[in-house]
Amino acid sequence: MDLFVNQILAGIATGAIYGCMALALVMIYQAIDNLNFAQGEMAMFSTFVSWQLMQWGLPYWGAFVITLVLSFVGGVVIERALFKPLAKAPILTNVAGFIALFSILNSSAGLIWDFTIKEYPTPFGSAPFLGSQLISTHQAGMIGVTVLLLIALYVFFRFTRIGLAMRAAASVPESARLVGINTSWMIALGWGMAAAIGSIAGMLIAPVVFLEPNMMGGVLIYGFAAAVLGGLNSPFGAVIGGFLVGIFENLAGTYIPGVGNELKLPIALALIVTVLVVKPAGLFGRPIVKRV
Amino acid sequence: MTALLNIKALNAYYGQVQALHGLEFSLNEGSVTTLLGANGAGKTTTLRAICNMVRTTGAVEFDGAPLSSRSTENIVRLGIAHVPQGRGTFTTVTVEENLQLGAITRSKAGIAADIERMYVHFPVLKQRRGQQAGTLSGGEQQMLAVARALMLRPRLMLLDEPSFGLAPLIVRDLFKILGKINREDKVTILVVEQNAQLALEIADHAYVIETGRIVMSGKAGEIADNEDIRKSYLGY
Repeated sequence: MDLFVNQILAGIATGAIYGCMALALVMIYQAIDNLNFAQGEMAMFSTFVSWQLMQWGLPYWGAFVITLVLSFVGGVVIERALFKPLAKAPILTNVAGFIALFSILNSSAGLIWDFTIKEYPTPFGSAPFLGSQLISTHQAGMIGVTVLLLIALYVFFRFTRIGLAMRAAASVPESARLVGINTSWMIALGWGMAAAIGSIAGMLIAPVVFLEPNMMGGVLIYGFAAAVLGGLNSPFGAVIGGFLVGIFENLAGTYIPGVGNELKLPIALALIVTVLVVKPAGLFGRPIVKRV
Repeated sequence: MTALLNIKALNAYYGQVQALHGLEFSLNEGSVTTLLGANGAGKTTTLRAICNMVRTTGAVEFDGAPLSSRSTENIVRLGIAHVPQGRGTFTTVTVEENLQLGAITRSKAGIAADIERMYVHFPVLKQRRGQQAGTLSGGEQQMLAVARALMLRPRLMLLDEPSFGLAPLIVRDLFKILGKINREDKVTILVVEQNAQLALEIADHAYVIETGRIVMSGKAGEIADNEDIRKSYLGY
């Protein structure tokens, strides 16, 4: 029984990270109807930046906050420089852009910080959480930060005018321009927020997977699975999808014979395919109806 | 009276296809003007050209300032509200949020009071204020679109076929309200319509457009009384 509860809680903890990645993917998907394949590399790069800041002597939370700000600015710059010019280009051109961004960030991180695996600190420690052996303080911290993030985003989108403007620009761009919203900057803002959210995921998962340029590969695929499961147009669904994927991954790895650690990743892919076949809009997504 | 909007030698293009050919007309401040014509005559394109939503050449001047170098959202910020064909409802947000979006370029002061004024003009919207706007009927969505445009406190309102798809009684109500808005709030109105009879009732001035050119212009009453024009261009 303890093993079962332990696996569920650990699943929720890593699921929180998948949820953050899914959230970042959804932010950009809402804005430009494309999945950002480079989201994981952006998060990895941000995590390296925070590591560098700590190497230079900054305390953890100082580095954390500065990284959030830098990531936000970086996301906006990437959109302005690379994807704004591609806004009217065909989808495949955009995909090529994402792949280019992916390899640029991956190689530059390797060039600047090399490919050796580095340890990354956790601000929460790794003691048992509240004296229980079921979950560590770092895992509890990952869950806590994700939930706080979700609440903050909810408040932002629900109660602020700029949040309302972003929602409007994402749902009916032409009408948004006709009420005077600068939709192009709303997209840039979405990129900035996605980059900042991704950096949180990177900094929280780095103590677990260790810091190196390829650290986010697996995480991003689980993030895709979470976003698809929750619904690509639902930020709330993305986080719930993350939790579900995390739990599912752990339980399958523990209880299905022959899966173990090696076959966990194909399970995420199987999940994506199953959801797309059975419920294409995801658990919380709205089906998009297009006139043809 | 001075011209609030002045259009000179306006051409508009969709790709290689030219949709407007040297359009010229002007709107007097405080007037209601209607642009009439058959399907495909270029009525919608004219409104889109004013807001720079299609590729154009020629001059559009609003209150003396040229619009052609401005983006759509910056033109709106000058006080030009455009109610597009198909209403452009933000279907995924609530009715009240739609109204807030209409005023998104304004400072916060006075928005709440203006929303209450819209609920006086359109009581049905008040009943539906918390509902997702996509669940409204066509008529209600048209009311919402007009109310959303008014939330800008516009000087000029462009309406693209407000009667489209609505029951005759609702259309009559809507036009009554448009007339009231023009008189009370001093909003200049340019309305594009296929329902010429109704549009001519509230308009001061009318232009008839055919294949991207103005072919007739005059006081609304004179055009309505001229049987030849009615039969050849307006179909009633």
